[in-house]
Amino acid sequence: MRATGWWERPASCAIVLMLLGGLSLSATVARDRLYAGEQTEAQLLYIPSGTVLERVALSFDALLADVYWVRALQHYGVTKRASGEKRYDLLGPLLDITTSLDPRFNVAYRFGAIFLAEAYPNGPGRADLAIALLEKGLAVMPDRWEYYMDIGFIYYWWLRDYEQSAAWFSRAANVPGSSWWLRSLAATTLAAGGSRELSRQLWQQMYDSADNDWIRNESARRLTQLRALGDIDQLIGAAQEFHRDTGRPPRSWAELVDAGLLVGIPIDPTGRPYVIDFSSQTINLSPESELYPLPGESLPPPPPSP
Amino acid sequence: MTVVVRIAAHVFKESVRDKVLYNLVLFAVMLMAASYLIGQLSAGQDVKIIKDLGLAATQVFGLFIAVFIGIGLVSKEVERRSIYSLLSKPVRRHELILGKYAGLVLTLAVNITVMAMALYLVLGYMSWTETEEFKQNWETPATDPALLQALFLIFIQLMLVTAVALFFSTFSSPILSAVLTFGLYVVGHFNTDLRNFENIVDSQAVGILAGVVYYLLPNLAPFDVKAQVVHAQPISFGYMALTSGYAGAYIGALLLAAIFIFSRRDFK
Repeated sequence: MRATGWWERPASCAIVLMLLGGLSLSATVARDRLYAGEQTEAQLLYIPSGTVLERVALSFDALLADVYWVRALQHYGVTKRASGEKRYDLLGPLLDITTSLDPRFNVAYRFGAIFLAEAYPNGPGRADLAIALLEKGLAVMPDRWEYYMDIGFIYYWWLRDYEQSAAWFSRAANVPGSSWWLRSLAATTLAAGGSRELSRQLWQQMYDSADNDWIRNESARRLTQLRALGDIDQLIGAAQEFHRDTGRPPRSWAELVDAGLLVGIPIDPTGRPYVIDFSSQTINLSPESELYPLPGESLPPPPPSP
Repeated sequence: MTVVVRIAAHVFKESVRDKVLYNLVLFAVMLMAASYLIGQLSAGQDVKIIKDLGLAATQVFGLFIAVFIGIGLVSKEVERRSIYSLLSKPVRRHELILGKYAGLVLTLAVNITVMAMALYLVLGYMSWTETEEFKQNWETPATDPALLQALFLIFIQLMLVTAVALFFSTFSSPILSAVLTFGLYVVGHFNTDLRNFENIVDSQAVGILAGVVYYLLPNLAPFDVKAQVVHAQPISFGYMALTSGYAGAYIGALLLAAIFIFSRRDFK
């Protein structure tokens, strides 16, 4: 009888295959852990032009747009969660490619504008790119009153240009089928632009009329930020009262609690304690808070690398 | 006519025997896996992406079947020398070409029908598991009947590609036929550019030549209405009828040319 080699026996073959599979898996895991910094592939845009991609995709452009949309989401999410310096360099190009491949990708325009306008470190703080993206959408779908409204919001919230904001709300109101409250919003923005009460009303309207969870959650977050701003006003009042009574500014929250001006260490709506800066005598959110930074207090984006 | 039907049935049975329809299993598994994974990744765009993916996959799977089976329909019979026994029977050459074509079209029809059913099943399940409030944000219902318009034009396009593959199969080798068919498929998506060529070249002759090539090559871009359907853009009956009519005429011309060439081939 012919002696058979181990490679001809199913059991020994299966064992060796499992061993080799385990070895391959271990090597991959070790390489990913040890050399994570060297994996730059995910940050590359192989073809930076949406127009070229649209031609290359033949009739599969919509599917490719989906791929780029998921890539844009991942880029935004991963960068936002990353520790250290956050670079959102690819967000604009990825969204541009997505909307070039599928010019009617509604969510890519609306969510994309939210991501782009978000101040650093939660976003690149590129209100200009956000407006350009929405205007690109309007060139294809001029009847989308939501895009006019979103541009108005960006001018109001991030750029604090209330005249432009009112003009865009007015344009939104002129689109047939738009929400009834946009007309009065345009007028109020001009009259009381920048007031916290108007901001609250704006975001409440946005929350009530949101057509998806993301925009609803974003509006809820803004409303909570406005609540935190109200809290900070009250805390500043308490600190000023302490200063008046004692002739010096407070050195800690405990002093304000001892003076009976606060019932305890003040915490923001997400449960993080507020931070008092004794050198500048300012009160702000903790940088770890989900609401940080408050509008108007965002950090500038890092300078572009050479 | 009976001969054509018999040959068509034989081609269909052969494709089943060759396990061509196994791609349906792959399609169904891919859709189900994607519907689960994409929901986690796409910020509420899962139904749109499943529609895009389902329609694109239907087209890709169909394209591969049309090309890789189409190119072998005639040339394989010649290579195997089974063409001699076939032609010694009471089968006329044009019946052989028409029967082979009809058989592959039948395979594609079954393929697309089953894929469409799988796509609707997955979309129906996604719709069933979502809340009414969430569904209001969709541009179109998950099981939008308009998807059938895109699927119909995909089928018509594949019929045209099959005719191209069969045409090349009558006079060239399988590899060359595959290259030429894929080449025409790619060119077919770009040839709209040729129509505007005369506006960007100085030579009138080149402009006219580009115009002739534009009308000569198959124009496949109009068959792609996937994005419009997914975004609830209406596709008129007139558009569907004209596009199908164009395909019908082009397929007729290709089959006629294939029959003409095949009738004159000497197999002695």
